Amino acid sequence: MGAHAAHDHHDDHHDHKPTGITRWLYTTNHKDIGSMYLWFAFAMFLTGGFMALLIRAELFQPGLQFFEPSFFNQMTTVHGLVMVFGAVMPAFTGLANWMIPLMIGAPDMALPRMNNWSFWILPVAFLMLISSLFMSGGGPNFGWTFYAPLSTTYGPPSTDFFIFSVHIMGISSIMGAINVIVTVFNMRAPGMTLMRMPLFVWTWLITAFLLIMVMPVLAGAVTMMLTDRHFGTDFFNAAGGGDPVLFQHVFWFFGHPEVYIMILPSFGIASAIIPAFARKPLFGYASMVYATASIAFLSFVVWAHHMFTTGIPLGGELFFMYATMLIAVPTGVKIFNWVATMWKGSMTFEAPMLFAIAFVVLFTIGGFSGVMLAMAPVDFQYHDTYFVVAHFHYVLFPGAIFGTIAAVYYWLPKWTGHMYSEGLAKLHFWLSMIFVNLTFFPMHFSGLAGMPRRIPDYNVMFADFNMLSSIGAFGLGLTQLLFLWIIIKTIKGGPKAAAKPWDGAHGLEWTVPSPAPYHTFSTPPVITDENAHS
Amino acid sequence: MSFLSKLKAGLGLLALSSLTAVFANESKLNLREGVTEISREAYHLHNWVVIVMLVIAVVVFGAMAYSMWAHSKKNNPVPAKFSHSTALEILWTAIPFIILIVFAVPSTKLLMKQYDTAESDLTIVVKGYQWKWKYSYPDQELEYFSALATPRDTFVNSSELASTPIAAIGHVLAGGVVGAGDKPTEKSATYLLEVDHELVIPVGKKVRFLVTAEDVIHAFWVPDFGIKKDAIPGFINEIWARVEKPGIYRGQCAELCGKDHGFMPIVVRAVEPAEFDAWVAQKQEEKRIAAEDAAKAAASSFTMEQLMADGEKNYLARCAACHQPTGQGLPPTFPALAGSKIATGPVAGHLNIVINGKAGTAMQAFGAQLTDVEIASIITYERNAWGNNTGELVQPADVAAFKNGK
Ligand code: HEM
Ligand SMILES: [Cu+2]
Repeated sequence: MGAHAAHDHHDDHHDHKPTGITRWLYTTNHKDIGSMYLWFAFAMFLTGGFMALLIRAELFQPGLQFFEPSFFNQMTTVHGLVMVFGAVMPAFTGLANWMIPLMIGAPDMALPRMNNWSFWILPVAFLMLISSLFMSGGGPNFGWTFYAPLSTTYGPPSTDFFIFSVHIMGISSIMGAINVIVTVFNMRAPGMTLMRMPLFVWTWLITAFLLIMVMPVLAGAVTMMLTDRHFGTDFFNAAGGGDPVLFQHVFWFFGHPEVYIMILPSFGIASAIIPAFARKPLFGYASMVYATASIAFLSFVVWAHHMFTTGIPLGGELFFMYATMLIAVPTGVKIFNWVATMWKGSMTFEAPMLFAIAFVVLFTIGGFSGVMLAMAPVDFQYHDTYFVVAHFHYVLFPGAIFGTIAAVYYWLPKWTGHMYSEGLAKLHFWLSMIFVNLTFFPMHFSGLAGMPRRIPDYNVMFADFNMLSSIGAFGLGLTQLLFLWIIIKTIKGGPKAAAKPWDGAHGLEWTVPSPAPYHTFSTPPVITDENAHS
Repeated sequence: MSFLSKLKAGLGLLALSSLTAVFANESKLNLREGVTEISREAYHLHNWVVIVMLVIAVVVFGAMAYSMWAHSKKNNPVPAKFSHSTALEILWTAIPFIILIVFAVPSTKLLMKQYDTAESDLTIVVKGYQWKWKYSYPDQELEYFSALATPRDTFVNSSELASTPIAAIGHVLAGGVVGAGDKPTEKSATYLLEVDHELVIPVGKKVRFLVTAEDVIHAFWVPDFGIKKDAIPGFINEIWARVEKPGIYRGQCAELCGKDHGFMPIVVRAVEPAEFDAWVAQKQEEKRIAAEDAAKAAASSFTMEQLMADGEKNYLARCAACHQPTGQGLPPTFPALAGSKIATGPVAGHLNIVINGKAGTAMQAFGAQLTDVEIASIITYERNAWGNNTGELVQPADVAAFKNGK
């Protein structure tokens, strides 16, 4: 992609760009690695999406149409794992790789070889995970939360492959996170103080801390599973004196920060895009940073809100209820700040802005259901129903995924040197917007009406809502093929993009040509108050 | 309701008229009110939060929509420059905080009520199994299993269900993506929410449920009672309900518990206390007669035809969920019985696994769940069906002898 910059003569090794497959295998270039992460995430997004469509096909109407229940469970499990670990997290890491050096004026990531490694182990992990579906006894079928003892004593033989692949994903995430932290702390251009960093860098920095704190906990959980399965321990086996609830505590100590890992970078993206298209500085930069940090901190003390029905004592229940409700406060601050950024701006609505606004609105709806779920005495009615499925899909699809799509449209001109087709992108937006709501909004109702999650068949009273969800899901899935086509088209050609295609955009990434040269900022720029964050 | 109708009239909004229906509990768009004090309070708390959230949504999304129109480049070519306002930021940190406190207070009260299981009138032990429930009334000395009553061929809409990725894709494509299976069946209103033996409780009494599990984690949930609690092996969780209205209330297992998680409903019949006492008496009488019958049957011997006929019936009811009606199982998790070493090998091994189960697998110890006659018939059937032509007959007395030999 792109010609290499002329000022790179000082070192022959760095100057030449390998070609062919080895370029991608051996690359240590943050842009190459960023692109590979993004393509990998897209491939996983389509894979996980395909599984979602199989699930929705089965649930289109009452009765078992296509699958044995055991296979249905494998689909829900692997869909969740692929989307969380294969699509959302690598997409964010890809964006981090591409954009963080460009945003802080660094020539590359601080640890480029590790960067290569952290990407290339990912395909291995997912090949292993997906191949387990073809093994005797099938793939993981215990939900992406893999509660013991269903996943330990009762797991299929392939569970060990699942455990190993989770280990590899975790190692990859930890390496990626260390790289972000080291880069941000050491490679900022002169004058780029912490409080001048673009919010995307801030949110990613905080995400990276979450990652290195919780991925080892996940690794601990799966290791305990492994020893329970094969080495005679009884961590989670009540019959041997162990504790199945311990598993859930360990899992959710990882799992709750994990859900913020899947949203904080989107907060950063919205905080870049909304000011750009409102042509007005971000409202409350400092409070955005503090809100993000408080959300991250609180995310460590709310995990048991996923466990309100496990019978934790009243005192614990109350603590986790209050702490969870508290998260709504910094979350609210962020939403109000985005609205205030739009206020009295001079807005245009290109695709990145449309996706960013939809992100704010729909994410807020997910926040509303979040507050409802936080209220433990009522959560007893919502927990493990489709209401929860609606909640987390509202924060994940329009949250994490719309955020990523907005970012892709926003920076695609920088990456490819071409403008995407605005008309097609708007079509992509409107179809996504309609179908995402058609898919997930009815799930609130089927949940309230009493439909448990993770079931392959249901009573006829849930039929209407499920049919709507299935129709929406097929629309949503097909619409994303349009996205793929738009991207390919933009890479192949299209109107030439200026260095700064968005007149309201701010930031160092817009000071380099489009497409961004293979090597950028070999000489660091100097940051002053004038050219600081948007 | 009248408040809402006034609002509706006042605003004249179409959306609100449907909301009225929702909050009046006339439609299936909202949580149900249920039949206990707890479920009713949870329902009111839920409605109240939904209304507040809707108001916040109208304010926030309204401001956004207005801004998108008024502050578009066309209508506002020159953007303002402001980038913060400490007063505003404090304000919109404080307001949500206060709203949350307003919610936290009633939530705390309700939660304390839900946790107060003291002074109950009746205790029932609820135990989750893959994939059925066992209800025990320790003080009444009764216990029985409760499993899905919807016959399997009512929910299987297809002559062949896929269990591998390749087959799955094939079936979906062949089904025209969202088309039906090739043999759709009639589904009743209680489809998948009906059981062979209901849980029976008296109305007006504080019933305490002790919830636990045998194998994996399940969750006991009856929406109309407003209670849901995980059934966890090695733990005993407590919940309670005082049902106000006689009736039949249906729920489902709410925690993924393996293959047939979607097929383990809960049906509770709440009856007047007198009727409950009569039911207990009748159950105890049935139990006594059954024990006598079993003793008698255990002493008698049956013909091959009798055992095979009973065996097929019992097998389909108790074993086929895992080992499949064809005896082919779903290997390797659920082994095939057709041609299996155990089903064609020595009878003792066969008796052992059926009576004592196999630890760490879904194969339960059926010795305590089935009568000797039932076990004899099932084993005889398994040893002679699907080409397992051992010709061997297992009599109830053999079962009893094996149990005693243990
Ligand atoms: C206002 C902020 C939020 C609040 C108060 C909140 C609250 C909750 C609660 C209480 C639950 C447990 C529900 C239950 O199982 O009964 C839950 C589940 C979940 N939330 Fe959130 N949430 C918020 C934001 C988010 C965000 C930002 C994400 C991710 C991007 C997220 C992802 C999830 C997921 C994935 C689950 C389901 C996990 C599972 O059981 O499989 N939530 N949330
Ligand atoms: Cu269950």
